[in-house]
Amino acid sequence: MLTTDVVVVGGGSAGLAAAIESSKAGAEVLLIDENARPGGQLFKQIHKFFGSRRHYAGIRGFEIGRRLLEEAHKNEVEIKLNTIIFGILGNKIGIVEDKTHAKWLKAKTIIFSCGASEKLISFPGWTLPGVMGAGAAQTIINLHRVLPGSRFLMIGSGNVGLVVSYQILQAGAEVVAIIEALPKIGGYGIHASKIRRAGVQIAVSHTIKEAYGKDKVEAVTIGALDKNMNLVPGSEKRFKVDVICLAVGLKPNIELPLMAGCETMFLANLGGQVPIHDENMETTVEGIYVAGDCAGIEEVSTAIESGRLAGIAVAEKLGYLTKNEAYDVKVNLREVLDELRGGPFGMQRKYAKQQLIRRAAHLKGV
Amino acid sequence: MRIKKHPILGSLEKKKEVNIVVDGKMLKAIEGEPIASALMANKIITFRKTRITKEPRGYFCGIGLCTDCMMIVNGVPNVRTCITPVTKGMKIETQTV
Ligand SMILES: Cc1cc2nc3c(=O)[nH]c(=O)nc-3n(C[C@H](O)[C@H](O)[C@H](O)COP(=O)(O)OP(=O)(O)OC[C@H]3O[C@@H](n4cnc5c(N)ncnc54)[C@H](O)[C@@H]3O)c2cc1C
Ligand code: FES
Repeated sequence: MLTTDVVVVGGGSAGLAAAIESSKAGAEVLLIDENARPGGQLFKQIHKFFGSRRHYAGIRGFEIGRRLLEEAHKNEVEIKLNTIIFGILGNKIGIVEDKTHAKWLKAKTIIFSCGASEKLISFPGWTLPGVMGAGAAQTIINLHRVLPGSRFLMIGSGNVGLVVSYQILQAGAEVVAIIEALPKIGGYGIHASKIRRAGVQIAVSHTIKEAYGKDKVEAVTIGALDKNMNLVPGSEKRFKVDVICLAVGLKPNIELPLMAGCETMFLANLGGQVPIHDENMETTVEGIYVAGDCAGIEEVSTAIESGRLAGIAVAEKLGYLTKNEAYDVKVNLREVLDELRGGPFGMQRKYAKQQLIRRAAHLKGV
Repeated sequence: MRIKKHPILGSLEKKKEVNIVVDGKMLKAIEGEPIASALMANKIITFRKTRITKEPRGYFCGIGLCTDCMMIVNGVPNVRTCITPVTKGMKIETQTV
């Protein structure tokens, strides 16, 4: 059985960054992704990114992806695509290659950077074709350049709802409205103003009541919510739409870390159940690390830096870096991460991350 | 509908077109695109009917997680069309079982 120093699961921004750092330090790294191409979320993101200058602000997502891929190739990271991981058994990883061949690999260490998936809400009619995740709409529109309809309703005004709405307009379709159950817009002001300038109405304190249609979505009813989140009688409005997008948050993909025995904890500000990890990104299972959205929903910049941190920590664990060599780099990366978690949104995540690290210290008896 | 012009992504590149057969009808698709993308480009939104109550289902998660988009492809049922690439002459059928 093939034994590798490091197996990185998921080749998005976090996984690529982790693989680059471990490989640079001399470790043998195998990066696995179920998709036909690496980059994860990055290649769907055609907008200019927010973040500090050092962190790719003003650069479109796919360009960041291209740069990371280049760096990965330069550092001789082995990338295995079209490969699904179906199970973890101790240090053995079960994979299926090209949908046909199952086999086991052995890894001295594992980094889970398998990203996130969309949360859902249900309502009468939610199973009709035409109701889809905002991310699903983004994939088909930006990656495959097909519009699933012409009149969209967006549910949720977080950054994903706002950004994807704008991208629907850029693709040439109409966004009839963005509705938000909370009394205020969830995403950043710059994204909200941009979509409003484009003439899209954002209705806060509004929810969806029902979607109608025979074989697909044809119309929708929305209504206002009072301060107890109850529908205000008589406030319902019905209009025609053919796509309803759900942008109601993301949650970390924790199935594989759970299978590996990693303990989790519920932190709403990081998307729900999150694998507990220490300040080296190591989980409660020795030799198993997490990075990026899989370790709590954040942003590309933090995904990259947390990936680098995990990559360095793994190289140190395997003896490719001495304690001293790793120390300065890790301290620097933690400072950068701290800096990135600024502002009202970032502070909440910083606090949640501190809770995770404290819990890990407690469990490890440090 | 295909997005021919895009302010950021530019004009649609010319890619290899192939014929596929969907419920007996010949349609044009781009080789290698997900089946779901080819169907929606041809305005087909309903992919299957549930087994017992025959409710319609279509593209939902786009990443192979939800299984709403399953169809019969070249005789094989339960194929997730959102992550299965189109090949030349592919036979695709609405799944109702
Ligand atoms: C619409 C939208 C807009 C955004 N805009 C911004 C923005 O402007 N600025 C910003 O900083 N951030 C933004 N983000 C957030 C950012 O995209 C993510 O935080 C970041 O991409 C997370 O990177 P990641 O590597 O953790 O996960 P991902 O990029 O999701 O990568 C995970 C990878 O793991 C693979 N994988 C999962 N499970 C398995 C398995 N079992 N086996 C093999 N492979 C597997 C997946 O195929 C995928 O390639 C946005 C997100 C969305 C959805
Ligand atoms: S749309 Fe969810 S599996 Fe294909």
